[in-house]
Amino acid sequence: MAGATKPVRILRNLNAKIAALPMITTALVIFVGCTIWTIVHSFTNSRLLPKLEFVGFAQYERLWSTRRWLISIENLAYFGIGSLVFSLVIGFLLAALLDQKIRFENTVRTIILYPFALSFIVTGLVWQWILNPEFGIQHIVRSLGFENFVFDPLYNPDIVIFGVLIAGLWQGTGFIMVILLSGLRGIDGEIWKASRIDGIPKWKTYLFVVIPMMRPTFVTALVIITAGIIKVYDLVVAQTNGGPGIASEVPAKYVYDSMFRSQNLGQGFAASTMMLLSVLIVLIPWAYLEFGGRKNGK
Amino acid sequence: MANNMNETTAGVVTGPSGPKPRPILSPRNIMIYGTILVVCFYYALPLYVMIVTSLKGMPEIRLGNIFSPPVEITFQPWVKAWAEACTGLDCTGLSKGFWNSVKILIPSATLSILIASINGYALANWKFKGSEVFFTILIFGAFVPYQVVIYPIVIILRELGLFGKLPGLVLVHVIFGMPILTLLFRNYFTSLPEELFKAARVDGAGFWGIYFRIMVPMSLPIFVVALILQVTGIWNDFLFGVIYTKPENYPMTVQLNNIVNSVQGVKEYNVNMAATMLTGIVPLIIYFASGKLFVRGIAAGAVKG
Repeated sequence: MAGATKPVRILRNLNAKIAALPMITTALVIFVGCTIWTIVHSFTNSRLLPKLEFVGFAQYERLWSTRRWLISIENLAYFGIGSLVFSLVIGFLLAALLDQKIRFENTVRTIILYPFALSFIVTGLVWQWILNPEFGIQHIVRSLGFENFVFDPLYNPDIVIFGVLIAGLWQGTGFIMVILLSGLRGIDGEIWKASRIDGIPKWKTYLFVVIPMMRPTFVTALVIITAGIIKVYDLVVAQTNGGPGIASEVPAKYVYDSMFRSQNLGQGFAASTMMLLSVLIVLIPWAYLEFGGRKNGK
Repeated sequence: MANNMNETTAGVVTGPSGPKPRPILSPRNIMIYGTILVVCFYYALPLYVMIVTSLKGMPEIRLGNIFSPPVEITFQPWVKAWAEACTGLDCTGLSKGFWNSVKILIPSATLSILIASINGYALANWKFKGSEVFFTILIFGAFVPYQVVIYPIVIILRELGLFGKLPGLVLVHVIFGMPILTLLFRNYFTSLPEELFKAARVDGAGFWGIYFRIMVPMSLPIFVVALILQVTGIWNDFLFGVIYTKPENYPMTVQLNNIVNSVQGVKEYNVNMAATMLTGIVPLIIYFASGKLFVRGIAAGAVKG
């Protein structure tokens, strides 16, 4: 009797299980399965086609002795540090500026944020045009009388990555500003009143009271920026295509080119595994702070 | 006016109340609004440059500077970018990429939102053993760099016979839209009052009945947010388009890049900028039309990068 009324376990909630199938499949096949597949194949000597002939860490050794990969890493470091520092600083200054109870706040925010709606391809192409030495900023400053003025970041291998950075910042700072502004708005108004009564100057209140209170918001912004940095690809393809020479190559482009251009799958797998590793280095401490801390702490 | 005041505040000493009004031209205001003006100018400049360049003729571009407004407005570059610009030997313009993008966008956005909303609904209201585990994997999946999984997906699509075809790309967009959209819908459905769900259960409504008759009608704002997120995200995609489609199916961003960065022929900067504008217009319209919802959408989709 009891056995007859008790439904079979797998059939309980069957509709929900069927409905969740796409999610389960994606989680297991794509995010777990494909990731493991790539990591495993990064230890093989696959070239045109993936095959399971293991060669240990040979692909990684080769990767780290390839000049193009080293330049990619170096560029990523410059681009990454530049993005982090400038997005956070500019983003915060803009957020603080917009938080001064100004008029037209919506209009200003709309103007600063619109680049974020544009693709990296569009961003890269516009800045390629503005930074064009023959017609763009360099040309204009020269025609104002400064004949020797030089500003051609996209044609100078030493600083090309900063030309890409300019475009990246233009596209992304608005978003960081919006996140930080929402964090600022979450600060209790009493804090401001208290600091005014104590006669603390405004910038000091920001620096020593408000910013430490906004720690979670900053962490979110940090994770967002970092995730974006490691993925940077389209912007470089559109703006410089890795040039001049290989001066503005980035890891994501190295992966794509190894896999789909030079038929060197093993290198592509090893490089992408390195990318995954760098994401984990950022992600694990963050996840620990965000979720682990909450469980143990409060 | 004075009479009114006397009547309403009779007996009370009237004096100025509220914060001290600030003079409009205080040094503080001049500094703040001055800075804001410069910042807005900087952010608006590239859009302005794009528009003015696309409206000039090539002779004028060679002579003048990129910031000066066009002396003689011409729409020729726009026409050429749309209908005649060349990628390699194919000179049919960007219109082809536009229609490809539309063909990719409509099924991708619809399917990904439909599937993710049902996933989110199942996670919020019909938890089953292991559902949270799969969800956690999915969310962490949002952080996996695309480069790690793109090649195995090529193999999967090839096995399914979808590689290089539009349905394949649609599937890829559905997969990569899933983490963030599922999170979005799950959180929204969780925030709805539970009594509603329970009442419907008591009335005998099942899984699909509750979804279609209660959850969907009550959640239209979040569907709009998801739509904005997906439309801009899919329209702006480049990586998946270039990997999973063949040249005849290239989305607009890929074709735009091929047109502008092609090494053959004389560079026509005005046509290039017109083509860039044409590609940027769709997300810009969505952005300017949706206002605050866009901010909500991207804040939710932040992890998507």
